[in-house]
Amino acid sequence: MEKTLKKYFPVFVLPTLAAFIIGFIIPFGEGLYLSFCRFTTVNNAKWTGISNYVRAITDATFSHSFWFTVAFAAVSTVLINVLAFYIALTLTRNIKGTNVFRTIFFMPNLIGGIVLGYIWQILFNCLLSNIAQPLLALNTMAGYWGLIVLMCWQQIGYMMIIYIAGLQNVPPELLEAAEIDGASRWQTLWKVKIPMVMPSITICLFLTITNSFKLFDQNLSLTGGDPNHATEMLALNIYNTFYARSGAQWKGIGQAKAVVFFLLVVVMALIQLKATRSKEVQQ
Amino acid sequence: MNAKRKTPGLVWTVVLSVICALYMYPIVMVLLNSFKVESAISTGTAFQAPTAETFAGFSNYVNAIASKGFLQSLGYSLFITVSSVALILLCCSMCAWYITRVHNWISKLIYLLCVFSMVVPFQMVMFTLSQTADQLKLNTPWNICVIYLGFGAGLAVFMFSGFMKSIPLEIEEAAMIDGCNPIQTYFHVVFPILKPTMISVGILETMWVWNDYLLPTLVLNIKKYKTIPMLIQYFRGSYGKVEMGPMMACIVLTILPVVIVYLLGQKHIIKGVVAGAVKG
Repeated sequence: MEKTLKKYFPVFVLPTLAAFIIGFIIPFGEGLYLSFCRFTTVNNAKWTGISNYVRAITDATFSHSFWFTVAFAAVSTVLINVLAFYIALTLTRNIKGTNVFRTIFFMPNLIGGIVLGYIWQILFNCLLSNIAQPLLALNTMAGYWGLIVLMCWQQIGYMMIIYIAGLQNVPPELLEAAEIDGASRWQTLWKVKIPMVMPSITICLFLTITNSFKLFDQNLSLTGGDPNHATEMLALNIYNTFYARSGAQWKGIGQAKAVVFFLLVVVMALIQLKATRSKEVQQ
Repeated sequence: MNAKRKTPGLVWTVVLSVICALYMYPIVMVLLNSFKVESAISTGTAFQAPTAETFAGFSNYVNAIASKGFLQSLGYSLFITVSSVALILLCCSMCAWYITRVHNWISKLIYLLCVFSMVVPFQMVMFTLSQTADQLKLNTPWNICVIYLGFGAGLAVFMFSGFMKSIPLEIEEAAMIDGCNPIQTYFHVVFPILKPTMISVGILETMWVWNDYLLPTLVLNIKKYKTIPMLIQYFRGSYGKVEMGPMMACIVLTILPVVIVYLLGQKHIIKGVVAGAVKG
């Protein structure tokens, strides 16, 4: 069968492969090359070596957006996972109306980042103006916590669904055995449930960390980086370097920042996967 | 014992109901504001529900639909989502079947590249992708699905091949021995077995394409074509006074179809999310 199928390569693989090359491989390769060039379009690139990288790393807005992203990712990852896990634990305890609650908690996921950001901007601005504080456009602290609340609101439902699936797969025999052995609720949670749902924790941590690092739409529509780039995250900083700054040198610097950003996300993902995979138990 | 267990359950139901009500508040707030007259919508009064004086009926909705190119954008968004997701499901499942059944270096390479592409942030390729799309004239709503196929292939191929490994080879071999060529085998045997996975992948890709903002903004000509997320961001960013009433109505009209689809197919959607996470 393998031999006959092999001849059908053009039918089965070629359409996807061609689109993949156009949509991913060529842009990726070009992007890598252009990060070493000065350019305004793909066709007028001039090789400049690593000067783009030097300018990118020494750019104060870039390092600020890096630390802002790290601060955001750390807090939002912890909050989202703890809350989502706690809700999942509660919802797997045979409470009336579980399905309705699950449905409601998941709903914000279906709304796009741009619309979400806009809704929360209206809400926060109303709240801030009622307590006589500066609005989001002038208020860095509110912008930071606003982004965290928004991300929690959106992501808790998604992670909760994954945790519920994980918790439902814990064999009931194990829980019964723990109960017979006299384990308290707290002990059952830490010694039985959490080790058994470690694969779900790995996935959820991976998703929340990469989502937080790559966050763009919500950042753009909630704060737009205001005031004065103070709430700008990495993705938005790169976007602004490309499209909001005039001068021929900025596109190259933006591309160099994008490569640094890409490496960061890959390294973060690998470290996290390695750290949590080692804690998973064989089922 | 029984009474002891029932009471905490009831308390939890009440607590969770309150939390859920708060959880829905941002959406309810927009809904309430969409029924207020223009002068009653301002930064400080967004929390106030419409009163008899400020109630505007459906006039904001009428205005939103009548102006601002809302229906046009809805059409573009709908067309792009349907065409892209259909193309992704068909092409990627075929590709995934080939690479799980034919074991050579090309299959391995394609698989690895697909996994790799899932981690790469969009900012890495955004500029070069928009330029490539311009050069190849893939910059209209009618053929942007090719770009989506290319960029969405990673997740789809990955999920399909994860599932494909669990399909017994014997069924396909039997079909081949009975005289089916690979194309017939695929459409008559593999395709029907794949249906549940198709739904899962389809839902994940639909959620992505429908809500995507940056890719269509960079690829499409914003003066000519706007998808729904582009429309909303465009009107907020435009200079001069934005009419808030129709804007609120726009948001409600954008959320509404998604919520209806979700309530109708939530079982599949939640299954799809779990499947996607477990495979990913």
